[in-house]
Amino acid sequence: MPKFKKSTGTSEEIPTAALPDIIFMLLFFFMVTTVMRETDIMVKQQLPKATQLTKIERKSLVSYIYMGKPANSTLYGEEPKIQTNDVFVTVEDVVQFVNQEKDKLSEVERDQITMSMKVDTEVKMGLVTDVQEELRKSNARRVLYSSIKTSRE
Amino acid sequence: MPKGGKRPLPEVSSGSMADIAFLLLIFFLVTTTIANDKGIMMLLPPPPDPLQEDIDIKIKERNIFKILANSNDLLLVEDEPFRGPISDLKDEVKKFVLNFGSPSEDGMRVYNSLPSKMKRFVNQNGKSENSSDDPTSGNAIVSFKANRGTSYDLYIQVLDAVNSAYNEIYAERVGITAEQWLQLDRDDDIQNDMYKRARQGIPRAISIAEPDK
Repeated sequence: MPKFKKSTGTSEEIPTAALPDIIFMLLFFFMVTTVMRETDIMVKQQLPKATQLTKIERKSLVSYIYMGKPANSTLYGEEPKIQTNDVFVTVEDVVQFVNQEKDKLSEVERDQITMSMKVDTEVKMGLVTDVQEELRKSNARRVLYSSIKTSRE
Repeated sequence: MPKGGKRPLPEVSSGSMADIAFLLLIFFLVTTTIANDKGIMMLLPPPPDPLQEDIDIKIKERNIFKILANSNDLLLVEDEPFRGPISDLKDEVKKFVLNFGSPSEDGMRVYNSLPSKMKRFVNQNGKSENSSDDPTSGNAIVSFKANRGTSYDLYIQVLDAVNSAYNEIYAERVGITAEQWLQLDRDDDIQNDMYKRARQGIPRAISIAEPDK
């Protein structure tokens, strides 16, 4: 049997000196992309599926309204509720919430406020239209029905 | 001068640096939620003016495409019960918008600006007496009325179907796919121009009626 002995002088170890740098790079990526969730969602959230989705261009203009059955049904019952920030609100309170959110924006941007409606699929349209009426009254007419991308065809 | 430089500099061992970085990395990996802020955009109508009395806007019956949803999630499309898949609804809306039954001068201009493939589509499927006159403002309106008991899921599906009909028309008009149409970046001048060209004369006329009590 012939001997296949290569006597090359190269070391077979992979240099690991750059490993921390690579890891740091990944780390920074995730640090930058991470959005810490500031609100606890207290309602069930099964978003509807749709195909024709548009992206929000400017996140600072967006406020969220959550709707759905309370996750803790023993405490809050089975009826779908509206949640803004960290609390359940009634339909009448939506105007106040919108005005609060508008105050956070600068004067010129107030008309461009977008309300992202995160509504559970089981919610009936009655509640949704009630909220929309309030949004019309408070002049926050740009609405985004938050949904999940799907390819139906 | 004292002799120096011989002594090695005290070094912090950096061997565990990678471990520390890993730890942080895993923390951020776990806590990250990639925000999915996507959805169907809608512009609600302005609030009703209490001082103004109800004005009767006269729109020809054939220029309105009526979609009704009841509390059992059943659809009534153009006064006929609709049982097919939602994707059929998209085709119906598309045919309705691109009907050109009796186009006005503006409507003719829109028709002439269409690519030949769409003109053929119009000639094959459209030109019906009982459907919309032309797609210009006020002459082809899709009206969607839901009941208070309709599920939000169905509402979104119908809205999605109508939107996808319009998006397909727009995309086809400028010769891109519907997928590309949704990706158009309106900050870019060329793409914004394309966007405006596609929508010229064909407004997205979706009317969401207030539901019955």
